[in-house]
Amino acid sequence: MTATASPSGREVYRDLLVELMASDERLVCVDSDTGLFTGVDFGETAGRYVNVGIAEQNMMGIAAGLARSGRVPVVNTMATFAATRALESVKVDIALTRLPVRIAATHGGLAAGHLGPTHHSLEDLAVMRVLPNMTVVVPADAGQTRELFTAALDVDGPVYVRLGRGPTPDLPGDAPQVRLGEAQVLRRVPGAAAVLVACGPHPVLAALEAAAELESRGVGVTVLNMHTVKPLDVGALVSAARNARVVVTAEEHWGAGGLGSAVAEVLAEHAPVRVLRVTAADEFFPVAGSQRWLLARAGVDSARIVAAARRGLGCRD
Amino acid sequence: MAAVTGPVSDPGLAAAALRVREHVVRMCGGPEGGHLGGSMSLVEILLVLYRRVLRADPRDPRAPERDVLLLSKGHGAVALYAVLAEQGYFPVERLAEYCLPGSDLTAHPATAVPGVEMPSGALGHGLSLGVGFALAARLDGTDRRCFVVLGDGELQEGSVWEAAMAAGTLGLDSLTAVVDRNGLQITGPTEAAAELEPLAEKWRAFGWNPVEVDGHDAGAVTAALLASPQPGRPTAVIARTVKGKGLPLVEGQARSHYTRMGEKQRDRALAVLRAQARRAAR
Repeated sequence: MTATASPSGREVYRDLLVELMASDERLVCVDSDTGLFTGVDFGETAGRYVNVGIAEQNMMGIAAGLARSGRVPVVNTMATFAATRALESVKVDIALTRLPVRIAATHGGLAAGHLGPTHHSLEDLAVMRVLPNMTVVVPADAGQTRELFTAALDVDGPVYVRLGRGPTPDLPGDAPQVRLGEAQVLRRVPGAAAVLVACGPHPVLAALEAAAELESRGVGVTVLNMHTVKPLDVGALVSAARNARVVVTAEEHWGAGGLGSAVAEVLAEHAPVRVLRVTAADEFFPVAGSQRWLLARAGVDSARIVAAARRGLGCRD
Repeated sequence: MAAVTGPVSDPGLAAAALRVREHVVRMCGGPEGGHLGGSMSLVEILLVLYRRVLRADPRDPRAPERDVLLLSKGHGAVALYAVLAEQGYFPVERLAEYCLPGSDLTAHPATAVPGVEMPSGALGHGLSLGVGFALAARLDGTDRRCFVVLGDGELQEGSVWEAAMAAGTLGLDSLTAVVDRNGLQITGPTEAAAELEPLAEKWRAFGWNPVEVDGHDAGAVTAALLASPQPGRPTAVIARTVKGKGLPLVEGQARSHYTRMGEKQRDRALAVLRAQARRAAR
């Protein structure tokens, strides 16, 4: 599999937002001094860019007031500040009221890398997923960021979009069209013994690598990119897992409450099968390193996915 | 929806204040009790806003051209419900369901109640919401005003000052904060928990225009709220009030914060209120 370099998802998102603001009067870009928009020319829409300072909970409330007044605010902060520092405002002002606020959360997972554990976000999917009315989206590459963010603007209710920091490789060019709320089937093998379900750039690529490795050992594998973590595409998941002997999940997130938990909840209720989760270990990672290096150190890479699938299938090494 | 622009003749306000206080006492005398003290201190503030200041239509609470009122001190819900009912947002009889199982009338305001703009109860949210409403009005080019009623204890939440800083920086003169300065919180004086004074100076330092009034003097509250704002500066009306106002047994006492009155206490409180009103009428 060849991977090509690409601009970062957050830059793609930023350029897209500036473009969309020109044609969609409802959009207001609310910034918490992230620096993402430094030097950006908003042109005639400059009045709809507001930097409210380094005050994330205040930003969430301001966005709710804008939304109740008929606007569609897009708030900007890092994933961990949206999910933890500003959580009560997200819950009370945005989720409870079901207002159309879009939360653009950069530095998702370990994307902050060397910035350290205060800037890592391995809890955000669990936190956002637990809130009623919230849609939770994790694009797997820059192109998907464009398509999923555009689709997110039309969602009736709040949306959390987890973005990264630096560039990540694109998914292979033959991936099918991505649709909000529907699992993207990256590889389908009828009657596959193993189903891999992943979200986010590195875990999805790792799942594809793992699938190739398993296939070379004679194991049929289906791979789902579950970019919409909430609402989860129950139909696609159950249909893929129905005849499988193991489902392995992979995500850039702690084990509690993320994609693996969501998949296990659904399958336990609808199509019981063994679910093994490849997640970041239950600890902080106070070391410097690139996103990919940290993720492997935390316990998420293709080798772990292969090992989990083989364990689930009862293979001996 | 009539805009109110000048001095207002409203001889009915004192009678309405009595009725609202009676409603508050009845609700606080219900099975779950209620936030008595901080609701009694709010009565004139809310009545002046709804009767004299806000452009609002009880038959169409979400009309696009309405002014916005946010009760950030959500524990004043019983006063808000009573005023909304008196203003015709919903039948007064509905107040009897307060806190009964299945009722929308919860102890903190819920948006299912006609006239309640946003949920509140967790403190320190309302002023940020108000900044958002004021910002939207500016973007829309409307003259909508937004009023946020805050508790004084609530000012200990840091988010209030985040919002104050933002409003000052953005120069949102259509935004008014009204502080119910009753001086008490659950455990006692606000100043013992975290010093708020000099409060007017704090607001001024954040770019606001502070105005201090007696929060039970309807005329003074009206004048402060109808005055034209200073261009480019949001207004902070610091309304000096008495917690538990109207009930001498609990006036100025922190224990009035949340009260479970028995039937006898409730009836005695209602009698006290009526006697006071009779004396005032003479």
